[in-house]
Amino acid sequence: MSECKHCETWGARLIAWIDARFPLLKVWNEHLAKYYAPKNFNFWYFFGSFALLVLVNQIATGIWLTMNYKPDARLAFDSVEAIMRDFNWGWLIRYMHSTGASMFFIVIYLHMFRGMMYGSYKKPRELVWLLGMSLYVALMAEAFMGYLLPWGQMSYWGANVIVSLFSAIPVVGDSLATWIRGDFLISDVTLNRFFSFHVIAVPLVIVFLVFLHIVALHKVGSNNPDGIEIKEKKDENGVPLDGIPFHPYYTVKDLFGATVFLAVCAWIVFYAPEFGGYFLERPNFVPADPLKTPEHIAPVWYFTPYYSILRAIPSKFGGMLAMFLAIFILFLLPWLDRCPVKSIRYRGNIYRIALALFVISFLALGYLGTIPPTPTAAFFGVLFTFIYFGFFLLMPIYTRLEVTRPVPERLTMPKPLLEREGWFWNLVRQAVSCVRKAPWYRQLDAQWQKIRTFMENNKYLRHFL
Amino acid sequence: MKPILYLVLLLTPLWAAAELGVTLEQPDIDVADTPSVRRGLELYVDRCLGCHSLKHLRYRRLQRDLRLSDEEIKALFPHLERIVGTMTTAMDPQDAERWFGVPAPDLSERIRALGADWLYTYLRSFYKDETRPFGVNNRVFPDVAMPHVLWDLQGEQEAVTVTVGDTTVIQKLELVEPGKLSPPEYDKAVADLVNFLAYAAEPAQLERRRIGPYVLLFLFLLAFVTYRLKKAYWKDVH
Repeated sequence: MSECKHCETWGARLIAWIDARFPLLKVWNEHLAKYYAPKNFNFWYFFGSFALLVLVNQIATGIWLTMNYKPDARLAFDSVEAIMRDFNWGWLIRYMHSTGASMFFIVIYLHMFRGMMYGSYKKPRELVWLLGMSLYVALMAEAFMGYLLPWGQMSYWGANVIVSLFSAIPVVGDSLATWIRGDFLISDVTLNRFFSFHVIAVPLVIVFLVFLHIVALHKVGSNNPDGIEIKEKKDENGVPLDGIPFHPYYTVKDLFGATVFLAVCAWIVFYAPEFGGYFLERPNFVPADPLKTPEHIAPVWYFTPYYSILRAIPSKFGGMLAMFLAIFILFLLPWLDRCPVKSIRYRGNIYRIALALFVISFLALGYLGTIPPTPTAAFFGVLFTFIYFGFFLLMPIYTRLEVTRPVPERLTMPKPLLEREGWFWNLVRQAVSCVRKAPWYRQLDAQWQKIRTFMENNKYLRHFL
Repeated sequence: MKPILYLVLLLTPLWAAAELGVTLEQPDIDVADTPSVRRGLELYVDRCLGCHSLKHLRYRRLQRDLRLSDEEIKALFPHLERIVGTMTTAMDPQDAERWFGVPAPDLSERIRALGADWLYTYLRSFYKDETRPFGVNNRVFPDVAMPHVLWDLQGEQEAVTVTVGDTTVIQKLELVEPGKLSPPEYDKAVADLVNFLAYAAEPAQLERRRIGPYVLLFLFLLAFVTYRLKKAYWKDVH
């Protein structure tokens, strides 16, 4: 392969030298070059690697933000403004961090939804799910404490609302809340300890849990959209027949996915960093004022489903319990689901409907958490809270009643768009044909044909087609 | 389909409009329109800076972004010996509290929270009200402590009210005494001022809007290359 024999020998000798002292090739092979992943991963399987990418982004931008941020109640707000205005590229780093926080949750929610669709939490992947859920809880703690740091009005009052929830616990409540804050109200002391947790304690936990999550996954192997264990069908060398090495197949695929994902993130960072008040809330551009309570306190969008559940219960303590239970119940998913079939493709209609209702209720609760509580909103909040808990609590019953479809022996490869069946794909095809008829599409297509002809006639660019 | 339609109607957010009772008007502004931002700056220095600081905005930053010469900066801010520091105000916060009841908020932070639409509507919604200390009230911000600092430009507005039962509601504002500017000219001047403040709230938006297209173009080209790379590697996977 290599044209330069000299380099090859030097490279090989260096690797041999390291390998004698560290299991370099072993790790490389076990986790990348000879880690066999199912060959039919679809769109939903991008989000695990996107989450890793966002984590790297958060750590890298976080390091640079920490260089200029001042964790002091008198200086914090102004230091963030200074980052946004006076430091070179400070605005870019800060927007990358704030957009990254919201994108992290989008990616994680889609990653979890994938797991629920294809039964990725089921035996033998229960521990992968539990570690993933622990990561989700750590991420929520990280986001909650990070949100206090800009020391704006929403930072202050959001933290105030959440920490004061603990004071609803009988007997120890008040002293517990005081212990968390380190003061009788959110203050400089709270800011300093949240800063410490946000920049070092929780990130360490997250990185360690990511390591465990991946090690556990690679022990049992990845699930797939068909929910079949590829390890059950192996060739004479012990390689799964339906598996392909993660590297290079999925590294190049994820490279492409990551580029598209970065383009979406870049559009937000450069053109809509506030994202209509959802990624950066407008009241947070005013410095924290302990004497002025905002009219409407809303958490950032990724906490709003739980905030709605909190508001749906009339008692403060009950609401807090329901909120924590809503998160905790997700841990139990592997044991609540009694259906032997993993993938939604071969599961009964009962589960499909239940999952659809769950998604609708989660999104609706999320929306309701962003608006002020009106009687109508409160009614829907209670309704969707019931559906949310019903999905989990009734699961042991309805998953036993499911009429499942036969699961194939081997993986099925995704069909081309034109051959897919069902009302959803019919709708997609109609939409595509509508777009194709539009004059702007024709113009774009004509432009693309010109570029294509140019590329075909160019001896270098030809190779990209 | 009907129940779903009702559900959608019920969930439609009408709260925002209901809360204020006033529809916010959108000014036709663009922070990249430097002449407009400069006109807004002149008006701001003339009418607002006496009370409202822009403590996060540096003179040097202003000079660079609006492409002003040293002489132009000196003419705008005659008190400056050297072009350093941020746009602070001479008014003492304690004096402000004594005179107006509240200290005047710093506009480099407040405007981003309020939004350009709010500010534009607010500056056009002062009306005569003898019960207030400065003789004016505001439709968008009732019982505001601020006097109408642009009154000689706009003229005097009076509220046309409707009384239903016990409550009196303002229906519209009417110009009773014309100011130095005609209504369209006044709206334009306010739009310039709002444009300047929209810039002052986030000077980085000039930079990000300039760089954005190049970053996106690069990522699209990279996506094309990585897509072809993926196709090349995967051609044997069936």
